[in-house]
Parts: sequence; structure tokens; C-alpha cells
Amino acid sequence: MLLTGHQRIALEAMANAIRQSIIEMLVSAGSGHTAGPLGMADVFAVLYFHTLRHDPNNPAWEGRDRLILSNGHICPVLYATMAHAGYFPTAELNTLRKFGSRLQGHPHREFLPALETSSGPLGEGLSQAVGMAIADAMDKKAGERRIYCLMSDGELEEGQTWEAGMLAGKWALHNLVALIDRNNIQIDGFTENVMPLEPLADKWRAWKWHVLEVDGHNVAAIAAAFDEAKSVYEKPTMIIAHTIPGKGVAEFERDFHWHGKPPDAEQGEMALRELRATAQQISSEPE
Amino acid sequence: MLNAALRLNSHLFDDDVEQIAIRTGFGDGLVRAGEASPLVVVLSGDLTESAQALAFKKKFPDRFVELGVAEQNMASVASGMAAMGKIPFITSYAMFSPGRNWEQVRTTIAYNDRAVKIAGSHAGVSVGPDGGTHQAIEDIAITRVIPRMMVICPCDAIEARKATEAAVWTGTPVYLRLARNKTPVMTTDDTPFEIGRAQAVWTSAAPKAGLVATGALVHKALLAAKALLDDGVDVEVLNLSTIKPLDEESLIDLAKRTGRIVTIEEHQIRGGMGSAVAECLARHFPVPMEFIGVDDRFGQSGTPEQLIEYYGMGRDAIMVAVHRVLER
Repeated sequence: MLLTGHQRIALEAMANAIRQSIIEMLVSAGSGHTAGPLGMADVFAVLYFHTLRHDPNNPAWEGRDRLILSNGHICPVLYATMAHAGYFPTAELNTLRKFGSRLQGHPHREFLPALETSSGPLGEGLSQAVGMAIADAMDKKAGERRIYCLMSDGELEEGQTWEAGMLAGKWALHNLVALIDRNNIQIDGFTENVMPLEPLADKWRAWKWHVLEVDGHNVAAIAAAFDEAKSVYEKPTMIIAHTIPGKGVAEFERDFHWHGKPPDAEQGEMALRELRATAQQISSEPE
Repeated sequence: MLNAALRLNSHLFDDDVEQIAIRTGFGDGLVRAGEASPLVVVLSGDLTESAQALAFKKKFPDRFVELGVAEQNMASVASGMAAMGKIPFITSYAMFSPGRNWEQVRTTIAYNDRAVKIAGSHAGVSVGPDGGTHQAIEDIAITRVIPRMMVICPCDAIEARKATEAAVWTGTPVYLRLARNKTPVMTTDDTPFEIGRAQAVWTSAAPKAGLVATGALVHKALLAAKALLDDGVDVEVLNLSTIKPLDEESLIDLAKRTGRIVTIEEHQIRGGMGSAVAECLARHFPVPMEFIGVDDRFGQSGTPEQLIEYYGMGRDAIMVAVHRVLER
């Protein structure tokens, strides 16, 4: 179902608000990852405010869709989105990475039970998502709820990802939708220099996945891709979302040095000024 | 003498004592577990027959998942299935699961608080001819260090069956340590079993040393105890099939009554069951200890009996260790 102009603007505004929260959290925490969370804000906005069947007031609802964040290090975007969706107060976001916080440096469901999995070590999320999808297939519940898995491109270098990909193809898990944050960076540099992943789409097609490629900052295209996945009944779907690391803050964009460090107070203020200006533009867009 | 209250196999000292592989008992227990709970599912990594998942697969084909040679994936897929309410058993050789996939077990199962049961067959040097690559003698160390993980090393096929059935209901991750080869059956259907409860299989009114054994080597410990009695040395033998949670009460009581402890396991001495016992006694009731196990070496090819003797884990080696601890 195509987004209306009003829905598109609302999702863009939400992605902008999520980005602002990410900057505030990271400045307050004094450590953490900047580029990945900013790059995935549009995907998270679409998922939590358009695609997912979920109830923030009842996180344990059995019928909810499951969202697995495999690359746990981008959790600032997960936490910020969950707070904006109503899972917990946005005021709690500035406890990120601090002692006693529910918002652990990498997600831990023992601290925040609304999380589906604890994650951080790379390459493990897809396997867990596949396990969930198989369990539902066994129970004939594959049509009742869907399993979503978000992954980074760098973590595809973990061989376990391919083990999981093969298994999902073998089982033809149409209740499974995975999305790769194709931002082309990882800690040591650009992915194609560190370890070439291309031809990426062909690899997933070879494992019997339905593969889509989208602009990861076009909320209408992201929403359409998730909608298309719902209509694929014979395969799992892989969405390769082309994103710009650090998206929304010109100085952070496309620079792998921002993978694993936070902005300081001054950089944070600069980033927030830019994001607030963007928010003004979004609100004045024609529907 | 044998503890009559445990209703042990009265033929266990006979030369022709019945021998069944501990892993076979696991396979039987798996079918019973499947009958007891519809939530039980079994995952296999291309070792369905030898890791003893075949009977379950035949009886419950819709609750069986073949993953191919991919133990890391297997651990995390099981975590996901547990998240949806299943009670998964992952089956492979101990070297690969929890060996190869240790970090997946640690993070996606234990850290995630998912009650997956890890059945590791072919533990110990008694794997035999396959050689050192396939002889897991580090697995107790790497599992007992993981929070929430229970570690059970059954002494025979019957105890393995009971442990498998009991593992279904713990609500925690469990590591079941299983051996490949046929070994003497010491217990009977009537022998009580409870996770976390050590059992004195050989008792004495005035024991001079306590032998704490786990796995099939409990039988070697019993052979040693019987021979020692003939030499006029009274000992007590404890079957410590649950290594974690540790039955500290029974261990401290044994140390207090004997003042001397010998631990016996088919595993590296460093980090294994003996280390767990030492950690407990050092804190609560320190006594001289000797450790029977593999002394910082890898395994090799040979018959199980040759390897048990070569690495110093047979009856005579246990008797020597008892005399050594008595002299201290």
C-alpha cells in the first residue's frame, strides 16, 4: 500500500526526531556508535511507525511481529525509536551505556525485556530469526506474525550468516524478512576494501531468497519493500537498503571514522542545529 | 560396599557386566522427552545417527530440524526456537557443540536466557580411534564457566536417559556430556536421579578417602574402591553426575568425614570437575586432593581402554592416587 503524502512526511519527521535523539544520547553517553544509527533512522521509523504489528503498551503480546537487531552496536537507533514509539520515556534515553541503565551499550533483554534478543557479537541475529521463523512454520503460525531481522553489511563477513541464509532458503521461510544496512563501511574502512561483498544480491538469490534493493533513506520505497515482502509466499525476502552512514549530518556522512565514536558536545550541538533545520524543511513540504 | 539404597546393578563388578553407550541412553531419553512435552524439538548437524537423534527424528519428524554441518548456526537457531516457546535439544559431538560454537552458546543461548539443551556426544579420550581432534576433553571447563548453564555428565546409559528427561524441565540451558563407547551399566531403572544431587555409590563406615568421579569413570572408581578394600583401605565413592550446580553439601560432608579427596574425570585436569570440587573445598573445608584426568595434553588414536590407561585414568592409577593422597 503506497504511503500518502501525509504519511510520508510524518515518517520523515519521525526519522529526524530519532536522529536528534541519537545525537543527544551519544553526547550524554560519551561513547558509542554514530554512523550506523543515523544511517538506519529512516528504516527504523518505517518499521515501528508503519510496518510492524506491535503494541508498545503490551510488549509481551504473543501475536506481535518479532524484530531482531543482529548488529547490536547500532542500538541507539533502536532505543530512540522504541522510546518515540512509547515503550519507555524518551527521558530515559540519556542513561545509555551508564551503570544500572536499561539501555546497555549493546542490547540486553535481561535489562530491557521488550527486546527480542540480546545482541552485539556479529553474525548471530539471522540464525535466531531463522529459528523463530522455523518455530512458527512448525506451528502453522507463519501467516499470523512475521520475523524481521536487521543486519549490517560488515557482519555478513561472519560465516554464520551464510549458514543461516542457506537454512532459510531450504525452509522457504516466507515469514522471514531480513534487511541489510548497505552503508559500505566497517571499522577498518570501506567494506569493499576490507572484504568485498559484491555481488551481494546475487549471493542471496543463490541461497533462494527474494531480493530487493532500495534507497534506505526513501521512506516510501522502504515501506513499499516491506509491503512487497508480505506478498512473497515461496521464499524469505532480503532487502538490501543502500544507506549513507552518518545520514543527516553532513560532517558525519560517508566517513568510516564515525563508525565507532560519539560526537563531543560541540559536534553534537552542530549536528542538532543541522537536524533541526532539516525538521523545519520537512514540516514545510507539500503533502 | 555398594550403597544398597541406590538399587545399583548387582552385576556391575562382573566381567560380563552389561555395556551400553551413554549416548544411546540419551537417544532413548530424547524420545521420552518428546513424548513428555510437545514443545521438545531436536536439531541435528549432519550427525543424526551417531549423535543419537535418529529415534526422535523417526518418531517426531515434524519436530526435527537438519541444519547440515553448521554448529554455530545450530546453537543460534535453537535460541530463536526457544524464544518462540520451544524446548530445543541441539545434538552433535562435544568438540563441535559446545566446542566450535562456544560463543553462540554463551551469547545467543545463555546470555539471552534461552533454555536450549546442548547434547555433546563423543566426549573424552574414549572416543578412541578417531584421534585427538574428535576427543573433547575441554568441554566441562568451557561450559561450567557460563552463567545459567547446568552441566551434567551421566555415569551410564540409564542415568543419561534420566538426565535427558529431567533436562526438559529446568528452564535453563543444560549441557549434557555424553560418551561414544559402550561402558558398564551401573545404575538401574530404580536408581533415584535428581539434577544437582551427588550420590554415594560406594560407602564405608569409616572412609579414609573420598573418591569423586563423573561419567563412565565412576566404574573405574568403583573397581578401585573394591580393590582398595581388599588391601584394607576403606574409601567412599561419590557419583558427581551434575557438575553444575555443584552439590556442595555432599562434597563438604565427604571432605569432613574423609579428610582426603581424589577426583576422577575423563577431561583435562585444568578447569574440569576436579577444579570445581577444589573451588568448593578450598573455600569451605580444604583437604589434600589428588586429580585424575588428562594432564595438559591432547588425545590420540587407540582403543578406549588403551587411552584410559595411557592417560592415567584407569583403576590402578586411581589406586596410586589414593595412596598418594593418604601419605600427604
